[in-house]
Amino acid sequence: MSDTNVQSTSWEPRIVAFFCNWCTYTAADLAGVSRMKYAPNTRIIRLMCSGRVDPQFIVDALAKGADGVLIGGCHPGDCHYVEGNYKMLRRFEMLQRMLADMGIEKERVRLEWISAAEGEKVKRVVNEMVETVKKLGPLGLPQKFNDWDSEMEDFAQHVAAKEAAAGCGCAVHGKKETVNA
Amino acid sequence: MPKPKIAFYWCASCGGCEETVVDLAEDILGVVEVVDIVLWPVAMDFKYKDIEAMPDKSIVATLLNGAIRSTEQEEMAKLLRRKSQYLIAYGACAVSGGIPAMANQFPREQILKFNYEDCPTIVNEQKVRPQVKTADDGHEVTLPTLHNVVRTLDQVVDVDYYVPGCPPTPKLTKAAVTALLEGKLPPKGSVIAPDIALCDECPRKDSKPTNLSIDEFRRPHQFLMDPLKCFLAQGVVCMGPATRSGCEAACTKGGMPCTGCFGGTTRVHDQGMKIMSSIASNISPKDEAGISKVLAGIPDPIGTFYRYGLAKSSLRRKVNLPKEA
Repeated sequence: MSDTNVQSTSWEPRIVAFFCNWCTYTAADLAGVSRMKYAPNTRIIRLMCSGRVDPQFIVDALAKGADGVLIGGCHPGDCHYVEGNYKMLRRFEMLQRMLADMGIEKERVRLEWISAAEGEKVKRVVNEMVETVKKLGPLGLPQKFNDWDSEMEDFAQHVAAKEAAAGCGCAVHGKKETVNA
Repeated sequence: MPKPKIAFYWCASCGGCEETVVDLAEDILGVVEVVDIVLWPVAMDFKYKDIEAMPDKSIVATLLNGAIRSTEQEEMAKLLRRKSQYLIAYGACAVSGGIPAMANQFPREQILKFNYEDCPTIVNEQKVRPQVKTADDGHEVTLPTLHNVVRTLDQVVDVDYYVPGCPPTPKLTKAAVTALLEGKLPPKGSVIAPDIALCDECPRKDSKPTNLSIDEFRRPHQFLMDPLKCFLAQGVVCMGPATRSGCEAACTKGGMPCTGCFGGTTRVHDQGMKIMSSIASNISPKDEAGISKVLAGIPDPIGTFYRYGLAKSSLRRKVNLPKEA
């Protein structure tokens, strides 16, 4: 995640993908050994089940600079743990509503059922997702958080100037306050 | 030996936290006996300039409640940080943004316009808005500015301890003050409350099913609730599983579900997402239409799951709001 401040001209979407061990990750593996070519924009994280994809992971990925999140699990009825993908489907529905309320386009987070045999589908979904996110443009939350906090820096400068102008003895401050982002 | 100095201050808050200090009842006399209160705007008359004149770190502890929302609050938070050895975020607003942080869903302009012009109970024909500077009779009068973003105390200054709750209980307040006075301090950054979910101290715990399966969400005013049964088992949204205990289950004992004011435990990084995950995963339908129908029973998920924690959440604020000066 060191390439946060890439120029907009060379901007490429970064997509975090959570794939389940039993179906979608195996399908991505199949796509790999079958030498299928697809967009290199995803960082795949393997989890045992899509039911393990905590919504905290998704918002954390977005807050730390991901432009999109892709979740892959087994088809309904095929979950290795019987119910895990249903749990993901239910929370995905609510997550989409909450992300919309927080101003994030719902196309940035996608849930797909991809079985271990569907290497082709991994290729198609990843390519589609990269195209969609490219059209939406960067989400750029880390930069946004910095922009929001600039209102505090402006004010800190104003206070420093005021205290310097007043020149009162009380304005001797040992050290600069740390401002947490 | 001079008595240790303590300060209480309020920022964007309702005053409920101040009430808890008063709720210490006769115990407050014991506190006053051993400490010297140097600032407490709600109850006593002190001037900011007296605080400014004090040497740095001369206040042992400041208990600051309320979110940081205006330049004045930011300035006071920074001043009190400088003057205090320990700065304690006191109450849900200072800890995680609290109710005021729900303003992070709206642009500042919309909030000001509603409150000064559109609100049905407002009569303001000249559409007067608070001005940062006004000249009156040759004198310049100034007011603080409202920030665009509502922040927690630790998003503005370094914080030593957290006392959660809306408001914190007198018992936790006493525990925090006692720990300070006796010098028995936990590691920096600790939350002064047990690190286990509310369910642990809820009297309805035994009736919580191992496998929840919610068919329909219902709100407390819509039906006669079973006073002994777990709220979630009755289809009522209860934040207990993702909320820190320490309130002694005040709400669930009183017949109302937990709304999450104590924030998450140390294992929870984003309280709203955590409880949403838990509750939404445990509804019964397996098809999209059925799922939508059941989840429609929670009309305002941000206001429900982030009631006290939006400022501290991963996203902090609605991300596509227009940029304002």
